[in-house]
Amino acid sequence: MGRYVIRRLLQAIPVLLGATFLIFAVVFALPGDPIGALAGDKRMDPAFAAVLREQYHLNDPLLLQYWHYISGVFQGDFGTTFSKVPVSELMAGKFQVTINLALTALVLEAVIGIGLGLWAALRQGKATDTAILAVTLLLISVPVLVTGFVLQLLLGVQLKKSTGIDFFPVAGAFDGWRSYLLPGFVLAGVSIAYLTRLTRTSLVETLRADYIRTAIAKGMPRRRVIGRHALRNALIPLITYLGADLGALMGGAIITETIFNLNGIGQQLYQSVYLREQPVVVGIVTILVLVYIVANLIVDLLYAVLDPRIRYE
Amino acid sequence: MMTTHTDVLPTEGGLGNTPLLAVDNLHVEFSTRQGVVKAVNGVSYDLYQGETLAVLGESGSGKSVTAQAIMGILDMPPARIPHGEIRFRGTDMLKLTDEARSQIRGQRIAMIFQDALSALNPVFTVGWQIGEMFRVHRGMSKRDAQKKAIELMDRVRIPAAKQRVHDYPHQFSGGMRQRIMIAMSIALDPEVLIADEPTTALDVTVQAQIMELLAELQRESNMGLILITHDLGVVADVADKIAVMYGGRIVEKALVHDVYRTPAHPYSKGLLDSIPRVDLKGQELYAIKGLPPNLLAMPPGCAFNPRCPYRQDNCVSEAPPLYEISHTRSSACHYWREVLDGSHE
Ligand SMILES: Nc1ncnc2c1ncn2[C@@H]1O[C@H](COP(=O)(O)OP(=O)(O)OP(=O)(O)O)[C@@H](O)[C@H]1O
Ligand SMILES: [Mg+2]
Repeated sequence: MGRYVIRRLLQAIPVLLGATFLIFAVVFALPGDPIGALAGDKRMDPAFAAVLREQYHLNDPLLLQYWHYISGVFQGDFGTTFSKVPVSELMAGKFQVTINLALTALVLEAVIGIGLGLWAALRQGKATDTAILAVTLLLISVPVLVTGFVLQLLLGVQLKKSTGIDFFPVAGAFDGWRSYLLPGFVLAGVSIAYLTRLTRTSLVETLRADYIRTAIAKGMPRRRVIGRHALRNALIPLITYLGADLGALMGGAIITETIFNLNGIGQQLYQSVYLREQPVVVGIVTILVLVYIVANLIVDLLYAVLDPRIRYE
Repeated sequence: MMTTHTDVLPTEGGLGNTPLLAVDNLHVEFSTRQGVVKAVNGVSYDLYQGETLAVLGESGSGKSVTAQAIMGILDMPPARIPHGEIRFRGTDMLKLTDEARSQIRGQRIAMIFQDALSALNPVFTVGWQIGEMFRVHRGMSKRDAQKKAIELMDRVRIPAAKQRVHDYPHQFSGGMRQRIMIAMSIALDPEVLIADEPTTALDVTVQAQIMELLAELQRESNMGLILITHDLGVVADVADKIAVMYGGRIVEKALVHDVYRTPAHPYSKGLLDSIPRVDLKGQELYAIKGLPPNLLAMPPGCAFNPRCPYRQDNCVSEAPPLYEISHTRSSACHYWREVLDGSHE
């Protein structure tokens, strides 16, 4: 197992290099001049601009620039912005907000999605099942912007007005984990719907398996047949989905962060792309890729725990 | 050694004359999109203590559905049992409450399935799966249940049971997996064991070993064994009597040796003629012509008539009842005499 983890981490290196180079090249190719953008509307002294250009290696070929950058990253140095702020410092607080948001979303997704999915599967073909499927369809088809603002208004503003209690803070991250509940739910919305459907299918399929018939023939009570024999098997594909979704949730946080005014990585990414701050953009993407790789590794390891047929040599 | 559990179900009369298990005029149908599939149409058979009954018939003849009805593991719906009784020690199980039924299932009537790889749960160790019988039904501790599991694995002769109890089903060979299935089914000393094609998925030498093991376990515990198969070859050595099924009906019931010597139904005769025999080596194998009946549209009269070499006009117009030929033997053929005579030559 230990060897497998090491191998997987080594395999992650080319993926990481490839992804960062790609994003580096794209940002590099963006039209416009970052040095010119620094001066805003005014014209910059050409001599000063040339010095800056030299200082930030902007005259070097792309590959060399990339090398400067990535060797720094491997030493924990993400570089500085043009305004002299270390990128790592800039990212740290923002990532905290986004990670909190994504994890809240993930927990909500797992609890609600799996819960609803199991409920639907056990009421297969009945009214509850149909209702749950209808709700998931609604969640999938309504854009996040709409669910975001509607829930903000109903559960945040109106509920507070009518009860006087601030159940779901609607802006900023000032109330601890509670500030993340509503945005987390909005962010998770579509994923909840997909996970619900996936859970339902998975359990329905599993309940048809031969070993379920065996468990019934052994005289096991229904609760045990479902809760032990079926569930352990039905969970396996769901874990994969959840793991892969963590990356997607972090990447997709930008709209939610904007609606709920959370100062996270999404907003920062948007700003930095706008300002052509290469190091920040590439830094954020690098970390997102890392999160993705680690999440996938954890999923694969969990897989081995859940499914003994999978062995890692 | 037998426990009689008289506290739960009264036995009627002595054990000698009440069958352990009696299937009586059982009908099972499935509602499907295409219509009602009549999978079992009036099946009756008896099983006495210590006896082995072989149930024979080609694919789709209703052998498994009958077994599932006995176990009470049919999905209802789509399945329905419009007529019939299944008496266990004289009590009709179809009239019992779910609660009472679940006291029998797995504990007093147990079942072995065809494909042990898919019939065992892939994510639990075999020890856990065998031990579960003791933990759930007998309230044993994990540790005692594990000990029992090892004992059972020894009993079905799995080498190094003590270590292998921690292994998962996929880590065993096909034959060993079927032994685990058997260990699990006999865990609580059932009075009836139903084996649904227990050897079909295995290669020939392993098949013989598994059959031997089943026969031996049955002798030791004196349980009633229902052996479902479509392989006449394996039946001769282990079974006492035979029920041949065709199109959801029983077409012949007899003691094993009688059927082998002189089949009394054209279908059983066809089955026998189609097994390879050493003395007829070199000759072309006989195969029954035609296709199995469509359960959605059964032919009128005798279900076998479109494929029958003995067919006469009345075979198409009237369905034959199960004629009693002797105390131990019956045949659902209007012309059983001719078939018997034909078998004699
Ligand atoms: N759930 C179901 N829904 C509809 N039809 C079914 C269902 N289960 C069984 N049947 C039908 O009942 C008939 C009898 O099936 P059964 O499994 O008893 O056959 P069998 O004699 O055991 O055959 P095999 O040798 O292939 O195991 C088949 O034609 C099958 O299509
Ligand atoms: Mg079958």
